[in-house]
Amino acid sequence: MKQGIPEIDKERCKGCGLCIANCPKNILEMANDINSFGAYYTICSDESQCIACGACSLMCPDAAIEIILKREVG
Amino acid sequence: MSTQNLHMYRRPEALLNVRTHYCAGCGHGIIHKLFAEALGELNIREETIVVAPVGCSVLLYNYINVDGLEAAHGRTPAVATGVKRAQPNRIVVSYQGDGDLLAIGTGETLHAANRGENITVIFVNNANYGMTGGQMAPTTLVDQRTLTSPKGRNPQETGYPIRACELLSTLEAPAYIERVSLHNPGAVKKTKKAIVKALQYQKEGRGYSFVEILSMCPTNWGIEPAAGADWIKTSMVPWFPHKVFRDRPAEAAAAGGKAS
Repeated sequence: MKQGIPEIDKERCKGCGLCIANCPKNILEMANDINSFGAYYTICSDESQCIACGACSLMCPDAAIEIILKREVG
Repeated sequence: MSTQNLHMYRRPEALLNVRTHYCAGCGHGIIHKLFAEALGELNIREETIVVAPVGCSVLLYNYINVDGLEAAHGRTPAVATGVKRAQPNRIVVSYQGDGDLLAIGTGETLHAANRGENITVIFVNNANYGMTGGQMAPTTLVDQRTLTSPKGRNPQETGYPIRACELLSTLEAPAYIERVSLHNPGAVKKTKKAIVKALQYQKEGRGYSFVEILSMCPTNWGIEPAAGADWIKTSMVPWFPHKVFRDRPAEAAAAGGKAS
């Protein structure tokens, strides 16, 4: 199984929740906090569950999510 | 055994590092991102000229790192025609909303398509006038409530929503016409493919390419962004079906393959 790390730029996030609605593992959630623009932002509650499918980064209208793929070498 | 990390998805380089003015969950953001990715993939960022419309995406050139100019309301295809004829080696993209393309700019749209100008039109259909506060547009669905149709659009008074792709596919000249949407990650991937294909055809000089994208406007629809994405699927797609209406280069390639 592929493993990934979603890197969420909280200053770019507007809190629309499209990533949360489309995450197949349901590991994204809205933070109880606001960024400097006054918007709620998304956080990942359990990075170990991420399968690097890229659904959140595809749906994000503000390109706030980058996906890093973990690869085992050696 | 050790782990090595690499970026699977990175913010496209053509997208400028600024915060957009779009509402949370607006489809324009997704389309800008896909457009920027397509420019990077085809390596045409430096030679692209974008003609911005009047509407929410009026500041498009502030968000994407390409040359751009602003046209009068609805006149984007006319301006794009001029730019393309003066600079035939540049990639000219007309980015339009539904009010711009189908209300005030219907004439320009139809005639640019009919002349088969070698430009790409990206048409963002969100079923209302977003910038001015959600009034009824030509693409507003029957019974859809907007600011100027508070009881729902009545086709007896205001007619039925116009299907731009079907309208343009009656013309002989356009090379590529497709309708796609943004309602889930799979649909977003298909949208990106359509944008890449349209730009590729223009680069190869195949003629007029037109991509209609069903997009969400959660603020003016009065629903949450995720519900907006569902609404595209349940309400808009039945009236505006996903389809490749025309793909002349692919048809020619298939016919050529059969003949040989």
